[in-house]
Amino acid sequence: MSASVLYDAPGPKAIARNRVYAVIGTLAVLGVVGVSIARLAQKGHFAPEMWDIFNYAGIRQNIADGVVSTLKAFGIAAVGSLVLGVVLAVGRLSDHRPVRWLATTFIEVFRSIPLLITIYAVWVGFLTDHSMWALALGLSLYNGCVQAEVLRAGINSVPRGQREAAYALGLRKTQVMTSVLMPQAVRAMMPTIISQLVVTLKDTSLGFIILYPELLYAARLIASNTQVNGQYPYVSTIIVIGVIYVAMCLALSALANWIEQRGRRAKTGIGPAAAAEPEEAPGVLGHTGTAADDLGPHITKDTRS
Amino acid sequence: MNVLLDHFSDFRAGFLGTLSITVVSSVIALLLGILIAGFRVSPVPPLRFFGTAWVTLLRNTPLTLLFLVSFFVVPEILFPGMSTFVLGAIALGLYTSAFVAEAVRSGVSTVPLGQAEAARSLGMSFSQTLRLVVLPQATRTVLPPLSSIFIALTKNSAIAGAFSVTELFGWQKLLSDQGYDIVSLFFWVALGYLVITFTLSGVFRLLERRLEVAR
Repeated sequence: MSASVLYDAPGPKAIARNRVYAVIGTLAVLGVVGVSIARLAQKGHFAPEMWDIFNYAGIRQNIADGVVSTLKAFGIAAVGSLVLGVVLAVGRLSDHRPVRWLATTFIEVFRSIPLLITIYAVWVGFLTDHSMWALALGLSLYNGCVQAEVLRAGINSVPRGQREAAYALGLRKTQVMTSVLMPQAVRAMMPTIISQLVVTLKDTSLGFIILYPELLYAARLIASNTQVNGQYPYVSTIIVIGVIYVAMCLALSALANWIEQRGRRAKTGIGPAAAAEPEEAPGVLGHTGTAADDLGPHITKDTRS
Repeated sequence: MNVLLDHFSDFRAGFLGTLSITVVSSVIALLLGILIAGFRVSPVPPLRFFGTAWVTLLRNTPLTLLFLVSFFVVPEILFPGMSTFVLGAIALGLYTSAFVAEAVRSGVSTVPLGQAEAARSLGMSFSQTLRLVVLPQATRTVLPPLSSIFIALTKNSAIAGAFSVTELFGWQKLLSDQGYDIVSLFFWVALGYLVITFTLSGVFRLLERRLEVAR
């Protein structure tokens, strides 16, 4: 743990004090959680009837359908955003100024407009009857721009010699890009690409605003259509749906971390970047190493100066 | 052009709504994020665990779901009839605090090792080390990611509009429901957001330049 630089190994007094803090902290957290649960239970949100609704086949079917539609929109958006990302990244690195300029403008515009507004405009403007495609298209537009920046950073992080060697071997521009730069860039950026896919998965929940029947929409439908004990089962539904969402996202995040760790083992090529959310400013991507990596070089820098 | 001029007062209300929810939730996110980052590097294991759990949970929850929690669960816990603005700002602030905490934590780990060691050998406690030595130096590395986090927060505030908070997306939705052309609406709303995000990145660039120190 790199953070242990920040404090000494605790002595007997500090150990006692830390124990007091630990007890106070735990009690405070448990207190907040406990009071919340008590307040909710007092209003009848934890009554068995509230949870009984998940035993009905219809509601289970609703949730299953919601998961499927969420995954469907996510699948389309993932493919769309990756394709768009490759196209835009290549366009942004093009030798032709108009192409470069076009790609840069496209990326900058769609990255700075809220995703929800893009999705809504696509839905109302072009695809009113196809909410799934509107959602997927909106997600692809926004995430494609982010993926493009990630890929661009990856391509730029490939050592110069690789490109020069490829050109010296007589490969053409397209060949250099497709067979030398892109594979290494994708490998280096895989954790970041997957992290952005997690963001894409989370953002499919915006579909409920354009009435696409995904998981969150299903949740609202269930909660507002079933009345139990004169109340709507919002709390239980939100908890169930929340667990499903968190599980899906955690599974994807775990994949990103696994790939990152696997990539660390290989000695060849450039190492993969840390699994992090891609930054807005492409310049900072190089700085986001893990804690252990960051501490290393500084020691040498200190002794030198 | 006509859409904007005819509904300019609503547009202004929406713009100011976006601006104020951005400011309020930024403040919440910043304070909470620094606190959680402190928890994550603290010598007390339960606090560390709490910080990690907080970040993992919030980073893997869709913001929309968090809004649902904020609008349907939080009023039940606290008291019913809270204003949508406050609830929206809470949801947005809590969500962003996880990202701020991660940025601050990675900033803390970029401060040269010798600094923390020097502080410790001067006899400073953990909170003194963090407050007086490490965090001020981490500010410089934290600023660029923080700028992108706050830009993302501005964009995320659009989701609050779907939950009947007065802001720009609400304006777009309202007028598009009234049958106005979506393209021009989209253009004006996008322009509104661009003004805020460009101002934000400008302010952060200014801050970065002010804090720039040759090492």
